Amino acid sequence: MTKRKTCGYFIPYGLWLGLFVIAPVALIVYQSFFSLDHHVTLANYATYFQSGVYLKMTLNSVWYAFLITLFTGLISYPTAYVLRQLKHRQFWLLLVILPTWINILLKAYAFIGIFSQDGVANSFLRFIGIGPQQLLFTNASFIFVATYIQIPFMILPIYNSLADLNPAYINASLDLGATRWQTFYRVIFPLTLPGVKAGVQAVFIPSLSLFMLTRLIGGNKVITLGTAIEEHFLTTMNWGMGSTIGVVLIVAMIIVMQLTNDHSGRSSQ
Amino acid sequence: MKRLISLVIGLLAICGLLAYTGNRLQRSSGDSGSKVLNLYNWGDYIDPSLLSKFQRETGYHVNVETFDSNEAMFTKLKQGGTHYDLTVPSDYMVSKLKQAHLLQPIDRHRLTGMQNYDPRFLNQSFDRHNRYSIPYFWGTLGIIYNDRYIRPGTLTHWSQLWSPKYRHQIMLVDSARDILGMALVERGESMNTTNPQTLLAATHRLDQLSPNVKAIVADEIKMYMIQDEAAIAVDWSGEAAEMLASNSHLHYVVPKEGSNLWFDNLVIPKSAQHYQAIYAFLNFMNRPENAAQNAEYIGYATPNAKAKALLPRSVRNDRQFYPDDATIRHLQVYRNRPTV
Repeated sequence: MTKRKTCGYFIPYGLWLGLFVIAPVALIVYQSFFSLDHHVTLANYATYFQSGVYLKMTLNSVWYAFLITLFTGLISYPTAYVLRQLKHRQFWLLLVILPTWINILLKAYAFIGIFSQDGVANSFLRFIGIGPQQLLFTNASFIFVATYIQIPFMILPIYNSLADLNPAYINASLDLGATRWQTFYRVIFPLTLPGVKAGVQAVFIPSLSLFMLTRLIGGNKVITLGTAIEEHFLTTMNWGMGSTIGVVLIVAMIIVMQLTNDHSGRSSQ
Repeated sequence: MKRLISLVIGLLAICGLLAYTGNRLQRSSGDSGSKVLNLYNWGDYIDPSLLSKFQRETGYHVNVETFDSNEAMFTKLKQGGTHYDLTVPSDYMVSKLKQAHLLQPIDRHRLTGMQNYDPRFLNQSFDRHNRYSIPYFWGTLGIIYNDRYIRPGTLTHWSQLWSPKYRHQIMLVDSARDILGMALVERGESMNTTNPQTLLAATHRLDQLSPNVKAIVADEIKMYMIQDEAAIAVDWSGEAAEMLASNSHLHYVVPKEGSNLWFDNLVIPKSAQHYQAIYAFLNFMNRPENAAQNAEYIGYATPNAKAKALLPRSVRNDRQFYPDDATIRHLQVYRNRPTV
């Protein structure tokens, strides 16, 4: 009886999973084996791994995703750490989450205004005597905006794992003669590592396939895998190749998941 | 057992609710109502006040959905599941849609005002006798430059874009065919060449341009050029007209060695449903006063000769946007490539 009942509860989610998760992924894998003239082929994968273009693009995407994740992490960990000790935590946390309620395109367009030749950023640079710089369409501004957008998704899991941390451990560590720094990197950081890993997953994977920002802020000069997929589906109509890149991205994401999960499994043992 | 029954009932109730909401949403997006017209258009490519005028006159509400490239529009039509009544492909895309059997012939007997059109813009190679298409706007591809950065009159050839002095200064419109076409014309080749060697050479030539390129974007170019963000842009004439209207430092040139001459056309896709509304709209847009109002709003050149006569003299005689026949002779119309 209980078994049947739980099965029944699973039906809606099962349908959802089948229709909107498994079926699309299966279709992408299926598409990736077709050439432009609808023949079954492995040529798309051969092209991907043989042509310098796609490998370079992959390298680019991974490199930028890595930088974005790194900067997000560097900003988020201290922020979450300070946040945990503040008095009105819920309020500050709300301020961190607030930007995620605003549409990402609006934020991107706001940055276009800020970074443009006569924008706020350049007015400030002029004011302090450096003079206007080309800010828009540079790699630095692309990474800056992407980091800005991803920060909440990194702070939240880190904050949660810090909040779960039993203060007794910290007190014990300090009582037993460890310095503050030792307490941090021997006790606090290892215990909150799962939060960092969850944050990395939440930031790195979406960063791999960002394409709106590469266009609006990066001016399409850096072509990431996300842009390549868009172009293959809409412009060149080479759906096979677009799907192949999609499959490669999915595999890359599985690898990232596995790497981050394995470690946390081992450390908790 | 009782639980299971209540679960099933609950599920049915949810499904019913979803179906009802879906239906409501569908109706509000206008897909299924009877007094509507679903127009699939380029972004910012019709004067919105004409749409309300059309609704006042005929009672048909126009739902506009937009696309930003011919290719994206083709993909969506080919995918199916859409209910567009009219769309606006460019020349080569009309033949491509025709080949893919995605268009319906236009019933000439239900049209009025076809005599308003300049015969130069009818009966084009991509659609003989206008069986499937009615010209909407025409224009060119050219260079927009800002005289605060570049001395007026010095930039007249495509090849100058490759000059090292324009490092990081050029914005390109995100349209594969136009930019490749530009590289082909620069080398003195046809924009319609299918020779792989020539195309490869043009690709290499474009790679050499990349240090000068600031960004490859679409509609945003207008905003950037108006704000003096870049010195040079490669874009279409109507976009240029809008930029020039907002920033007096900007100028538009069509290089003498040639460029693209394009036509955007109204066509009826296979998925169309509201024929009354379609023909009402086509006839409405054929009327000179409406076409002229649209042309003034959009800034592209109208193929409607009677409408052109209604435009202010300064617009009509502007060689930048209504080039003379001698210039038009150097321009090339894109043909659909033989392979899909």
